[in-house]
Amino acid sequence: MSILHTVNKSPFEKNSLDECLTHSTDGCAILLLEDGVYAAMQGTNVESAVKDAMASKKVYALGPDIKLRGLSTDRIIDGIEVVDFAGFVDLSESNDKVQAWL
Amino acid sequence: MKFAIQINEGPYQHQATDTAYHFTKSALEKGHEVSRVFFYHDGVYNSSRITTPPQDDRHIVNRWAELAEAHSLDMVVCVAAAQRRGVVDDGEAERNGKDATNIHPAFRISGLGQLIEAAVEADRLMVFGD
Amino acid sequence: MSKIKKFMYVNRRAPYGTVYALESLEVVLIGAAFDQDVSLAFIGDGVYQLKSDQDSSDSDQKNFSPIYQALGDYDVSKLYVEKESLEERGLTLEELMPLTYEDEDDDWAEKDSIRVVSRDEMAELMDQQDVLFNF
Repeated sequence: MSILHTVNKSPFEKNSLDECLTHSTDGCAILLLEDGVYAAMQGTNVESAVKDAMASKKVYALGPDIKLRGLSTDRIIDGIEVVDFAGFVDLSESNDKVQAWL
Repeated sequence: MKFAIQINEGPYQHQATDTAYHFTKSALEKGHEVSRVFFYHDGVYNSSRITTPPQDDRHIVNRWAELAEAHSLDMVVCVAAAQRRGVVDDGEAERNGKDATNIHPAFRISGLGQLIEAAVEADRLMVFGD
Repeated sequence: MSKIKKFMYVNRRAPYGTVYALESLEVVLIGAAFDQDVSLAFIGDGVYQLKSDQDSSDSDQKNFSPIYQALGDYDVSKLYVEKESLEERGLTLEELMPLTYEDEDDDWAEKDSIRVVSRDEMAELMDQQDVLFNF
């Protein structure tokens, strides 16, 4: 039973990312979208938390939201996979339920 | 695969309905079924046909309506949330003595049971909100 | 409807400041008629929804906390409250409303609906669900 967790909040404004990381289990998938994509960038003070999570969880970020915000996919934490909406749909299908950390 | 979509936020205020729209469109393009789109909380405002965005911006209400028409989507606005927020169809106007309606005909007003039923019957419930 | 699904309503918002807590409770009440395997999770600020002594006598908002006390009558009897979330907020179980249900499998004995679980247990419980509702 695997969950796709979605995080749509900036980690600098809300605790959604932290709540997600502490309530997700090994082998799950985490998709960063909307303002959640800020957590995917290198050099932030949540980078180490995200990297720690990536040891046991797969992290994705939504490409259109990265581009919209003027962020560069070159500056994304290594190992985070950028997906488009079709990829988002695929993740929702391949995991058996979705938890939205609103 | 059968998806049910829940939208908790209104248009323009929050990106949730944009994300939900692109997810729904993408799921349909991939051949999945979207059995219902349920609008709750301020999400009910996505159904106001008198919405008038600037001409160079996306028309969120019409965009949903066009997608619904192309794919026979069942778009349901929660009656309790709609009543609180003044989103009205003919039936509600008559029942509550209102002098106007504002719902776009692509949407229908119904009860919360429609959300539960969609969650029971779909393979996945997708929630988009703030 | 064939298969009974495990539904979890995830509550992460405090009441009154926004309408989410009230409107999600309305979904729970309607959903109770659908005979699914229902539980509620209270995580983060969601634990404030269960605080005892909510009193609207000096406000114009409706005190909806009595609805939680009625959940047992709707066969909604699994309310998981996260231990760490309580502790982070300086709250104890004793400061929450006493919520009970009558267990039909145990000669209608009155039992506590609130089950305090650790964060790790909450994560496991979420894994076990079929549908997660968020508001």
